[in-house]
Amino acid sequence: MKRKALAIFMCTAMAAGIMTGCGSSSSAPSEAPAASEAPAASEAASTEAAASEAASTEAAGSEAASTEAAAESESAADEVAKNDGDVLNIGFAQVGAESDWRTACTDSVKSAFSAENGYNLIFNDAQQKQENQIKAIRDFISQDVDYIILDPVTETGWDQPLQEAADAGIPVIVVDRMVDVSDSSLYTAWIGSDFELEGKKACAYLKAYLEAKGYTDAVNIVDIQGTIGASAQIGRTAAFDAAAEENGWNVVSQQTGEFTQAKGQEVMESILKQSDDVNVVYCENDNEAFGARDAIEAAGKKVGTDIANGDILIMSFDATNAGLTDTLDGSILVNTECNPLYGPVLTQYVQKLKAGETLDHDSYIAESQFSADDTVTSVNVDGTDYPVTLLTQDVLDARAY
Amino acid sequence: MKKFKDIDTNKFLLAITIVMFFVMYIAGMIIFNKQGFAKPQVFLNLFVNNAGLIVIATSMTMVMIIGGIDISVGSLVAMDCMILGDLMMNKNWGAWASMLFVLFIGIIYGSVQGFLISYLNIQPFIITLAGMFFGRGMTAVISTQMISITNETFSAIAQKKITIPLFGTMNKHGKMMYPFIYPSVIIALVILVVMFVVLKYTKFGRSIYAIGGNEQSAMLMGLNVKKTKFFVYVLDGFLASIGGILFCMNTMAGFVEQAKGFEMDAIAGAVIGGTLLTGGVGNVFGSLFGCMIRGTIESFISFQGTLSSWWVRITIALLLTFFIVLQSIFQKVKAKN
Repeated sequence: MKRKALAIFMCTAMAAGIMTGCGSSSSAPSEAPAASEAPAASEAASTEAAASEAASTEAAGSEAASTEAAAESESAADEVAKNDGDVLNIGFAQVGAESDWRTACTDSVKSAFSAENGYNLIFNDAQQKQENQIKAIRDFISQDVDYIILDPVTETGWDQPLQEAADAGIPVIVVDRMVDVSDSSLYTAWIGSDFELEGKKACAYLKAYLEAKGYTDAVNIVDIQGTIGASAQIGRTAAFDAAAEENGWNVVSQQTGEFTQAKGQEVMESILKQSDDVNVVYCENDNEAFGARDAIEAAGKKVGTDIANGDILIMSFDATNAGLTDTLDGSILVNTECNPLYGPVLTQYVQKLKAGETLDHDSYIAESQFSADDTVTSVNVDGTDYPVTLLTQDVLDARAY
Repeated sequence: MKKFKDIDTNKFLLAITIVMFFVMYIAGMIIFNKQGFAKPQVFLNLFVNNAGLIVIATSMTMVMIIGGIDISVGSLVAMDCMILGDLMMNKNWGAWASMLFVLFIGIIYGSVQGFLISYLNIQPFIITLAGMFFGRGMTAVISTQMISITNETFSAIAQKKITIPLFGTMNKHGKMMYPFIYPSVIIALVILVVMFVVLKYTKFGRSIYAIGGNEQSAMLMGLNVKKTKFFVYVLDGFLASIGGILFCMNTMAGFVEQAKGFEMDAIAGAVIGGTLLTGGVGNVFGSLFGCMIRGTIESFISFQGTLSSWWVRITIALLLTFFIVLQSIFQKVKAKN
């Protein structure tokens, strides 16, 4: 009886083994190549072509026709691995896909480190969770990638994983947000936005614009701040505070709009109820600018640049596509960019590291400023001139996001 | 159908989980061999990355065996990390004192929840839902800023690499890489073994199984159902705080958004590991394998490199469905007999 039971158990266990075997191959990673069968095969084919191995290209081609998902993924993985010698493996740990800005950043990096350019990009989306990102770094180390690019979810808690990367001798390039580590040599370089400079450029633009228009009356300005504590808010507010004091602008109100349209609108509505002499709004991102615009129009006031005659002028940051559309039609006078296109500069960094050059440890990505009004063509901040891009439909269409 | 009686449902579900884990892992070693999936470190990373989750899943298994659930653990972990950060960095407490305080908080948390659930007979889901909101809210009240923990003692414990001087490989950057773990892994495994022994061989543990299997008959047998339930939740709070400390040793930071959905990962781990939501059945080692299956899927996705990481969730969803269906089939068969 017992032996029979054991036999049945073994049989079912084996059957389950087979079932789960199939289960794992259809539900786990191999499904990916199955779902994106064509791209995987074409990628393999293109890298092969680069290595000028016509024979394997044919093999990859014929295999692409095969419908066996498991075999497919294995062959695709092998093709990539075969080229390990000449292909640079880059691990990219991204925050997530929470905003247009982030997606633009991801797309830029993905297209810069494409297989055609001789890279194998291993992309990881951390879904806004730091613990996922730490796992990703460890997986990159296990895969022995050549370089790690990290766009950290949080600024804190990076000592341990970065130390592991350093122990493995893998250079880490940090982008966008800073990492707060005890020893800054744990990462090779950081590149990100200079939020304070963005703020200074916007303020310098306003000053130059008002001077050019010959406006000398009181500037009653409102600052709708970003989420308090975010580095973008800290830098942009600091620049605003300094400029308001220096230029004698009358700060009517300074409140957070939390980088959202709804909150921006709410804040602007309450400010307009309390005071009716507001003539400039300094919004710390595009979404807040949309909210402020709606609130101003709902209050029966006009959004525009003729502030001597009761218009309210809006300034904004980020230069997202929607933001620039509003800039083009004039409801936002000036939009200062927060550049998400890290791909090109990162490829330069990687090539420099490969050539054995050293990088600037901390540096800022180049960012521009857009306005559809040609009154001011350049602004001067701390002795340096920054051009203002005249926004046209063509400029807008040519932008990647 | 008679033969099924001889097969232990418990062991069978566990066997399936373990077989599945090894099948998946070996498949990974074959598919991603060139990228280094076969390295011992990849296996050890399953523990290094998930030390906190393993402890939480162990504790969740115990709660589920008695027929309860605890969805407050994710928030409690976040609160633990925040308290650790706040005490060590802002209040200048020592590392040990802070950790003891966090364990104390865990016991208090568990006692309150346990009292409400067992003595006032309230649904555990509702109580721990309240606990979940409370924990997350308190975390934000303590601080909405991220607190980076740089306390020397705490860092020393968290980052002490325990290297295994075997299977070293030279990587292409010219560094000799030995497999390593952190102390958190050892703590997690010790707790796992202790909990296994407690559940299997102590009166307390066997009462838990009895109550989860059938509360009425457990009561008729003379077991103190309320008291046992209460202590299960107290122990659960305590273990969750240990899990919180281990989680914190991995992230080294306190932040309000941390460990969101952690409770669901723990429940998924336990269910995949053969624990029944209806109670009475479960094994902590099954939950360990449940967590490791999840970790393996994550590694798959990140080794594959082009897939969206959301496939982890989709795969876990499929696995969960598979196991739940399997469990219900077994229960049907059992009922027939």
